[in-house]
Amino acid sequence: MERQSIVEIAAALRAGSVTSRALTEASLARISRQNPALNAFITVTADAALAAADAADRRLAAGEGGPLTGVPLAHKDIFCTQGVLTTCGSKMLSNFVSPYDAHVVEQLAAAGVVVVGKTNMDEFAMGSSNETSYYGPVANPWDHERSPGGSSGGSAAAVAAGLVPAATGTDTGGSIRQPAALTGVTGFKPTYGRVSRYGMIAFASSLDQAGVFTLTAEDAALLMNAMAGFDPRDSTCADRPVPDYTANLGASLAGKRVGMPKEFFDAGLDPASAECIRTAIAVFESLGATIEEISLPHIDASVPTYYIVAPAECSSNLSRFDGVRFGHRAEGAHDLESLYKLSRKEGFGAEVKRRIMTGTYVLSAGYYDAYYLQAQKARQLIAGDFQKCFESVDLIAGPTTPTAAFRIGEKIDDPVQMYLNDIYTIGVNLAGLPGVSVPCGFVEGLPVGLQLIGPAFGESAVLNFAHQYQQQTDWHRQAPGVPSNREG
Amino acid sequence: MALTISDVESIAHLARLEVSDDEIADYVEKLSRIIDLVDALGKLDTTDVVPMAHPLDMSQRLRADEVTETDHRDAYQQNSATVGQGFYRVPKVLD
Repeated sequence: MERQSIVEIAAALRAGSVTSRALTEASLARISRQNPALNAFITVTADAALAAADAADRRLAAGEGGPLTGVPLAHKDIFCTQGVLTTCGSKMLSNFVSPYDAHVVEQLAAAGVVVVGKTNMDEFAMGSSNETSYYGPVANPWDHERSPGGSSGGSAAAVAAGLVPAATGTDTGGSIRQPAALTGVTGFKPTYGRVSRYGMIAFASSLDQAGVFTLTAEDAALLMNAMAGFDPRDSTCADRPVPDYTANLGASLAGKRVGMPKEFFDAGLDPASAECIRTAIAVFESLGATIEEISLPHIDASVPTYYIVAPAECSSNLSRFDGVRFGHRAEGAHDLESLYKLSRKEGFGAEVKRRIMTGTYVLSAGYYDAYYLQAQKARQLIAGDFQKCFESVDLIAGPTTPTAAFRIGEKIDDPVQMYLNDIYTIGVNLAGLPGVSVPCGFVEGLPVGLQLIGPAFGESAVLNFAHQYQQQTDWHRQAPGVPSNREG
Repeated sequence: MALTISDVESIAHLARLEVSDDEIADYVEKLSRIIDLVDALGKLDTTDVVPMAHPLDMSQRLRADEVTETDHRDAYQQNSATVGQGFYRVPKVLD
């Protein structure tokens, strides 16, 4: 079945050529057919979805609703959904039914989307392959033996396989852009603070940001119109007006300046992927933009900086899981301390424990200045590099990942190898900037992602560059075959 | 910097994580490699650099000191394994 964009679905719904119920039933049928192999969903909310679809159809029939009314969508299982299991990919929360909705969930519900379920993810969003999930790895729809990336691997795989036209995700160090690249879909991460973190289970609060997986940049703009905006319940949410993100799509790129950071094209980048990226960036030149080489001299520091800041914040955020108020509680604890220790031992997986311990270590007495304080200074230098570049360019373009999708099991035993996979995405989080990954070619049948980065609150410009690229190319229209058609 | 078994035991205690004897060697090895990775940052010259306090240089908002949240105790306690009379139950703390 051909994948359809939100824009196409919305037009069909308005024309009356399809109903939201029919779309939702088709989505649920694809999930039940393909999910046993993909493992992209942790929870499917079929009854609630059909009820929401019927409500959407009634609104559409009355000539009401907006561009998202009746559109099926999946939420990453990091977003709290009232009355629905919210696991964050962890045994710790395998029994957690959220008593409230995340801001993102509320906003999209108000816009009329139909939520079909909750997607699989690396445990507490800590991972780059979806292999740390308590619910098992997700398969990449392009090759089931390969990882779809992570941490939002389930959302990426669900959109790539056409199970849903869109899904939410979160990006702390690349967790939207990297899986989007590895599965050949569009993955958009807004500026830090643009979308409220309320009800989004916290990993590293100074880096976490919600975003979306879609087939097109135009669809991402539509979803951003519903998701972005001030929410007093998130103390770092930006209190500034939200533009119509679709308004700038199509604006001319003539005279725009695109910078290619030389550090992103070093020996670490797979040569075949590099070829795709260079060809993709040349498309902007054909649209009247100028391309120039730029430098991010401190970008090498971004991986060590991130693996101090993120674990430090994670060790603090995850201290709330104590076996008392919610989440997994160990049996047989003889005192309060052993209740904490045993509940946390049983509830968390190995990578989450490693990050909690790394964070505890770098924040411990005697080490704080050498690690955490030094990392916050490095972060200032990294952010300063980006800021300086944006004085002379409108957009930074480069690869999203060093290689196309790697095999499940290939890197999971070596945390440092896994961390290095995020080398091109992490700096963007440390600097709080918006970025998108769009499909730009294939290497040995596997998708390659082009990363576009803008200045803070430059979402409209980033989405316009991505949209213009998708007007000139059809990589984003390439869909993986269903396995039964690919055998032999 | 290579961590020792006793380093990892003390970190695990600070993090309130039970680590069993058969797991400790793996944590020592993998955490040491992670610490080696982040130790590389020590070489970066950060003289006179002001540490980042917020990615967008914003300051924390204040709000009026008014009651905005209503009581949801019963709903929230649905997620606890053991509650009684509106309290969370834990192992005995005082003798």
